[in-house]
Amino acid sequence: MTPPLRRCLDPDGRPVGPLPELARDDLRALFRHMVMMRMLDQRMLSLQRQGRIGFYGTATGQEAAVTGSAFALRPTDWVFPALREMGVSLWRGTTIREIVCQLIGNSGDVLLGRQMPCHFSDRKVLTVAWSSVIGTQLPHAMGAAWAARHLGHDVVCMGYLGDGASSSGDFHAAANFAGVFRLPLVFFCQNNQWAISVPLARQTASVSIAIKSVAYGFPGERVDGNDILAVIAATREAVARARKGDGPTLVEALTFRMGGHSSSDDPTRYRDAAQVAEWEWQDPLHRFRAWLTACGHVDAGDEARWTEEINAEIGAAIAEAEALPPPAIETMFADVYREMPRSLAEQMRYAIAVGEGTKFEGAFPL
Amino acid sequence: MPAMTMVQAIQDALRIALREDPRVVLLGEDIGKAGGVFRVTEGLQAEFGEQRVVDTPLAENGIVGGAIGMAMYGLKPIAEIQFVDFIYPAFDQIVSEMAKLRWRSAGQYACPVVVRAPYGGGIKGGLYHSQSPEAYFCHTAGLTVVIPATPSDAKGLLLAALAGDDPVIFLEPKRLYRSTREDVAEGAFTVPLGRARVARSGEHCTVLAYGAMVPVAVEAAEAAGARGWSVEVVDLRTLAPLDTDAVLASVRRTGRVVILHEAPRTCGYGAELAALIAEQALTSLQAPVLRVTGYDTPFPYTLEHSYLPDAPRTLRAIEHAMTFA
Repeated sequence: MTPPLRRCLDPDGRPVGPLPELARDDLRALFRHMVMMRMLDQRMLSLQRQGRIGFYGTATGQEAAVTGSAFALRPTDWVFPALREMGVSLWRGTTIREIVCQLIGNSGDVLLGRQMPCHFSDRKVLTVAWSSVIGTQLPHAMGAAWAARHLGHDVVCMGYLGDGASSSGDFHAAANFAGVFRLPLVFFCQNNQWAISVPLARQTASVSIAIKSVAYGFPGERVDGNDILAVIAATREAVARARKGDGPTLVEALTFRMGGHSSSDDPTRYRDAAQVAEWEWQDPLHRFRAWLTACGHVDAGDEARWTEEINAEIGAAIAEAEALPPPAIETMFADVYREMPRSLAEQMRYAIAVGEGTKFEGAFPL
Repeated sequence: MPAMTMVQAIQDALRIALREDPRVVLLGEDIGKAGGVFRVTEGLQAEFGEQRVVDTPLAENGIVGGAIGMAMYGLKPIAEIQFVDFIYPAFDQIVSEMAKLRWRSAGQYACPVVVRAPYGGGIKGGLYHSQSPEAYFCHTAGLTVVIPATPSDAKGLLLAALAGDDPVIFLEPKRLYRSTREDVAEGAFTVPLGRARVARSGEHCTVLAYGAMVPVAVEAAEAAGARGWSVEVVDLRTLAPLDTDAVLASVRRTGRVVILHEAPRTCGYGAELAALIAEQALTSLQAPVLRVTGYDTPFPYTLEHSYLPDAPRTLRAIEHAMTFA
């Protein structure tokens, strides 16, 4: 039996089930964060269309799943995100300026321009970069959870995946190991129905993704991913189970990728406008806003003020980031190894000389 | 000093590492009670417990991927791949994740994983227990690739690999696991990575070899001595990063070079050595750079001794180099 779909609010924000305990300040911060994610997506996609950044992947429509799952973690927990979880880093303390620098790949980028946009990793908030191969971060999440337990740390690891990654061998290996060793790990699947152009029905004949957990010997949960309260409730339980030593959980958040796979993708080539419209009325911001407003936690003035603040912050971040130069050539050669081998140092000297148009003293083939 | 086989020397290194560094964890298939299919880890689980010597499910991507997560978190995992022929399910984790983590995180995360795997032919293991895939890993930025040829080097190089903070592919010539014994120093010592060793000195011709091909090269060199040719054998020990100084110094002195490896010929490690020599020692050469290698075929079962380079084939190449005019 596939787990029942958990839901706290209906698409218009009316309570339909038990609600998680949440402080008013947290509720306001969660909503502001979702608003910020939506705005950042719009601004960054527009920068991409203007050729000012090379690539972008939005999380539009998935803000509740991202923000709610991030909220359920402690700052000391480790996160292994996939493409659409930049909002998790932001929730944990990465700044918009750092994100914009990464998207541009300039000298202010924590990653020194080494990775494509949206392949972020930020040690100060314990996030590790995913790989475009898909699913590869899940064995790392499993290994890190294993190490945390081995060292006696009170740490839970969260491995994010999409519906596409649930087909990968790395998901299977990570889930299988996590089950065998009962690791403090949560698999959080944002099932947004599409892996680029391939629909869920082509990823699995299974009735759900959550039910796959049964084969690995741990629980699975299905939750309405556009209902942040349900996401928080389900993720909190999964994290608590992991923290208690009761092993992993697979949380499947049903949501929808409102945009293309990335800025390079045109979803009108492969999916129906009717399907998109069907999800539009389930918008996670609309739902949360309606409930918060009805409860008196947030009013229209709040959102207008936040929008203004966020706009200013994004604008300032873009201006600052665009003023920074690209990383110097020698940064390409650092960090391949802890100590640079001599052969690599030679290649670096050559690259610098070529870059500067100066004569290179050394063996010719360099 | 106790006389040890390579298996015993590697086990000694693992025992020292487990004893001295609580962050060291061994993981792999059948390494616990069974002690590994070659008995390299025999007794270690009994001594250090199931938390530190771990039998895993059968999935190489899980073993290596899990080790990567452990390493970035702060452990020092040693992953055993039962035969290097089984490493390909972990290939992506090795080349795109383990090798790149330090770089792609701009130094925020290190990945000190040692992947140990027996490699090479000569045990009637057929296609799936005999391959030599070292070139794939040498082609991957971020990896250190080590292949010992003697028990003492195996111990010292493995301890050096563990002392570092970067991922290492440590390939063990299974044919030499028990073929000889030598005195191995007790306690912890390291043999530096990135340094070759002259296994046999000579004046007229250099044979470049590593792993199981080193004794083959020495045997051929002895035979060449009877013909009046003094042949030097350089044991590379670390393929990436290569000790270019040692290679070039020997070749510049002898002017003739034969490269030996059991991996297939095309784009094998010998091609890199030949290119290096052509680029940096051309004027010292008195004969073409020659390669004695496995063939560009899959590794055969019945005909493995026809496939594998041996002393007579190596001697033919030495003769060709010595008589080239």
